[in-house]
Amino acid sequence: MQVKEYKPLIVAFCCNWCSYAGADLAGNNRLNYPADVKIIRVPCSCRVNPMFILRAFQRGADGVIICGCHPGDCHYTSGNYYTRRRMAALFSMLDFLGIEKERTRVEWVSAAEGAKFAATMNEFAQTVASLGENKRLEDLRCKK
Amino acid sequence: MQRVGVFVCWCGSNIAGTVDVAAVAEALKNEPGVVFSTDYQYMCSQAGQDIIKNAIAEHNLTGIVVCSCSPRMHEATFRKTAAAAGLNPYMVEIANIREQCSWVHKDMTTGTEKAIILGKAAVAKVNLNTPLTPGESPVTKRALVIGGGIAGIQTALDIADAGFPVDIVETKPTIGGKMAQLDKTFPTLDCAACILTPKMVDVAQNEKIRIFSYSEVEEVGGFVGNFDVKIKKKARYVKEDICTGCGACVDKCPMKKNPNEFNLGMDNRPAIYIPFAQAVPKVATIDPNACNMLKNGKCGLCARVCAAGAIDYTQKDEIIEEKYGAIVVATGFNPISMEKFDEFAYNQSKDVITSLEFERLTNAAGPTAGHLERPSDGKSPKTIVFVQCVGSRCDACSEKGKEYCSKICCMYTAKHAMLTRDKYPDTDVYVFYIDVRTPGKNFDEFYRRAVEEFGVKYIKGMVGKVTPEGDKLKVQASDLLSNKQLHIDADLVVLAAAIEPDKSARPLATMLTASMDTNDFFTEAHPKLRPVESPTAGVFLSGACQGPKDIPETVSQAGAAASKVIGLLAKDKLTGNPCVAHSNELMCNGCSSCERVCPYGAITYEDKEFRMPNRTTKIRRVASVNPAVCQGCGACTVACPSGAMDLKGFANSQIIAEVDAICK
Repeated sequence: MQVKEYKPLIVAFCCNWCSYAGADLAGNNRLNYPADVKIIRVPCSCRVNPMFILRAFQRGADGVIICGCHPGDCHYTSGNYYTRRRMAALFSMLDFLGIEKERTRVEWVSAAEGAKFAATMNEFAQTVASLGENKRLEDLRCKK
Repeated sequence: MQRVGVFVCWCGSNIAGTVDVAAVAEALKNEPGVVFSTDYQYMCSQAGQDIIKNAIAEHNLTGIVVCSCSPRMHEATFRKTAAAAGLNPYMVEIANIREQCSWVHKDMTTGTEKAIILGKAAVAKVNLNTPLTPGESPVTKRALVIGGGIAGIQTALDIADAGFPVDIVETKPTIGGKMAQLDKTFPTLDCAACILTPKMVDVAQNEKIRIFSYSEVEEVGGFVGNFDVKIKKKARYVKEDICTGCGACVDKCPMKKNPNEFNLGMDNRPAIYIPFAQAVPKVATIDPNACNMLKNGKCGLCARVCAAGAIDYTQKDEIIEEKYGAIVVATGFNPISMEKFDEFAYNQSKDVITSLEFERLTNAAGPTAGHLERPSDGKSPKTIVFVQCVGSRCDACSEKGKEYCSKICCMYTAKHAMLTRDKYPDTDVYVFYIDVRTPGKNFDEFYRRAVEEFGVKYIKGMVGKVTPEGDKLKVQASDLLSNKQLHIDADLVVLAAAIEPDKSARPLATMLTASMDTNDFFTEAHPKLRPVESPTAGVFLSGACQGPKDIPETVSQAGAAASKVIGLLAKDKLTGNPCVAHSNELMCNGCSSCERVCPYGAITYEDKEFRMPNRTTKIRRVASVNPAVCQGCGACTVACPSGAMDLKGFANSQIIAEVDAICK
C-alpha cells in the first residue's frame, strides 16, 4: 500500500488592509511558502467569527492562523484588539478540546512585511505538519 | 441559483508559468452554478474585458469569478467591466492566483491544485453574493470648526476661501488661542501678535465665517455630511452686536481684583473685561462670579457708563442648532498642572514659573509691559534657570507626567534663553536638558546660535530640587557630562511644562464618537497616510488636539484639514461603501453588544413595533446600522450573540462557504 505524503491543510484569515497586502508583497518578492496555506480575505481580523475557525477544524483543517494589522495600526482603530482578546479565549478553549495551541495562531503582519508573512507561514506550516493530522474536532459527517 | 462565469487569467507567464490555467478553467466548470469557464492571456486588457462582457451577455451571467492577480490590483477594473455589461459590480469575486499562488509556488502540480481550490472558494462565495448598491446621502455645505486658536483660524479661513460657510466655536470670549499669549515665535523671532492678529481680523471680516465666542458644543448628532449640532452660547451679559468695545465699562468697573486668565493670573482684571486689546470679537464680557450686580443686584455702573446701551444683566444662555457637513476639531492644548511637581517649589515660590508665564512676562502687552521682572518683588533677575522636560518623557508608571515628548519645549526654551541674553546680557542663563531635540527647518541652527552666539549655558542633566531661601532659589542639579553636582543660586526658575490636550477634548470625542489615544490626543484615521482625518467619517483634526505641534506644523495641518473638508463639501452627494453591517431585526434581542464594539458609533437602537401571533403587536428594542457611518469592519458581527448582525459582501455564510471550499 502506498502511503500518501502528509500535507497539512492550513486556513489563513488575512485582514484586507495589512496582512492581505503583506501576503501580496510576499508574492511580489517571490518568497516561497507552502501551498498548504490558503488565504481568506476579511475586511478586518475582528471579522473572524470563532465559528469560522470551528468550522475549519470540523472540516478537517489542521491549522488556522489569523493575521491582522499590528496593535495600534488597525485600519478600523480597534478591531485587532478585539481579535487579540477573542482569540486568546477561543484558543485556550480549543486547547481544552484537544486542538493543540500550536495549531492556532494570531500574527500581526503589516503591509510592508512580506518577508515576515512568508517566514510565519513557513514556520507555522512546519509546526502544524509536525503535529500531524487534526482528528479531535474533525467531523466525518462533513466529509462526503 | 446564480449563473456564474469563471475567467482564468494567464497574466502572460506570470500565472501560466506555474499554474495550468486551462486545467483550472476546466476543473471549475463542474462547480455549482458555473455555466461558463474560460482562460485568456490578459484578462485585464481590453480584449480580456470584452471576453467578460460578451460572456455576461451571452450566458446571462449573474456573477463572475476572475482568477487573476490580487483584488488589490484589479478588483476595481473587473467591477467596472461587470457594471459596463449591466451586472452589479459587487457580483464580482477575485481568486488571487498570482500573488498568493503562482508567484509563491514553484511546482506546476501544487500551483494548479491550489489555484483550483482558490477558484472553488471564490465560486462558493459568489454563489452567495447579492447585488449591492452604495447608499447616497446629501451634504450640508457648511463646516464647523471647534476651537478658535491658530489651528481653527487657519482651517476656517481656508474653508471660507473655497466659498463654503464656516462657523467657529470658541469657549473663551475671544479667538486667538495660545498663540495670542505668546511673545515671539521660533525660529524666526517674529512677534506672535504681528502674524496672528491680522488673521483674527480676517476671520472677523470674512462674510463666510461666523464666530461663536464664549460658546461650547453641547450635542452632536447625525453623521458625515449631515451633522446636527447644538451650540451653547453662554450669557456674556453684553449684547455682542451693540457693544463697540470702547472699554469704558472696563475702566469704571469697581470689582477690579479678579485673576486675569489671559495673563495666567499674574495680574488682575475687572469683573467686566475684554481679554486683550486685539480680541476678536472685541466685545466686553461680564464674569458672573465676580460681578456685584449679578451676584447681589448692587452696582450697575457698567450699564450707566455704556453709551451704546449694550449691557444686559438678564441675558440667558442661548442654544443654537445648526446643520453641518463636516466638523474640524481644533481644541488645542494646555500646559500640565505643576501641582504635583513639588521638587521644583512651584507652589512655594512665585519666582518659579512655567514657560507660558515667562512668555507673558516678556510680552510687551503682558503684566510687566515686557520688562523681565520677578513676580515676587519686581526685581530684574540676574540668574535664570530653565528646566526642560518637566512632565514630558516620564516613565510609563509615573503618575505625575506624560510619557511622550512635548516637542515644542526645546525650541521655545532656546528662544527664551536667547531673548533673555539678548535683552539683558548681564543675566546668567542656564538650561537643564535631557536631550535637545531640534528637528525642523532652521531649528538646530537656532539652538546653536543660542549656545554659541548668545552664550546660554546648556547643561545635560536634570534639576533635582529647587528650594526657596531668602530671595534666592537654591537649585540643586546634576551635570551628567562632567559627573558633578551643581548648586546654583537662581533668581528665577522657568519650567518647561509638558503639554496635554485641552480638557474639553474628552467629552467632545465622546459626542463625536471620535477615538482618542491613552493621552487624550485624538487619533488619526491612519498615522501616516490619513493624518488629518479622524477615523469617524466627516470629523477632521487640526493642530495640537492630535499631538504636540509647533505653529508651522499646526498651520500646515490646518490647511490639510481644510482641503479635506473642501473635498467633502464640494460633493453634492456622498456615496458610501456598500459592504456595511446590517441587522436582522427579527433576530436582534437588543443586547447592545454591537453598539459597544462599534468604533464609529454607527449603531443605534430604536423601539420598533413587530407583529405577533393573534393580531397582537409587540414593541422591541432592535439595533439599526447607519450605512453612511458604518465602515464595514465587522466587529459587531462577531460581538452579536444572536447572529442578527451580518456584513454585506463578507457575510457569515459567504466566509463559511469559502472555508468549506478550502477544506474539502
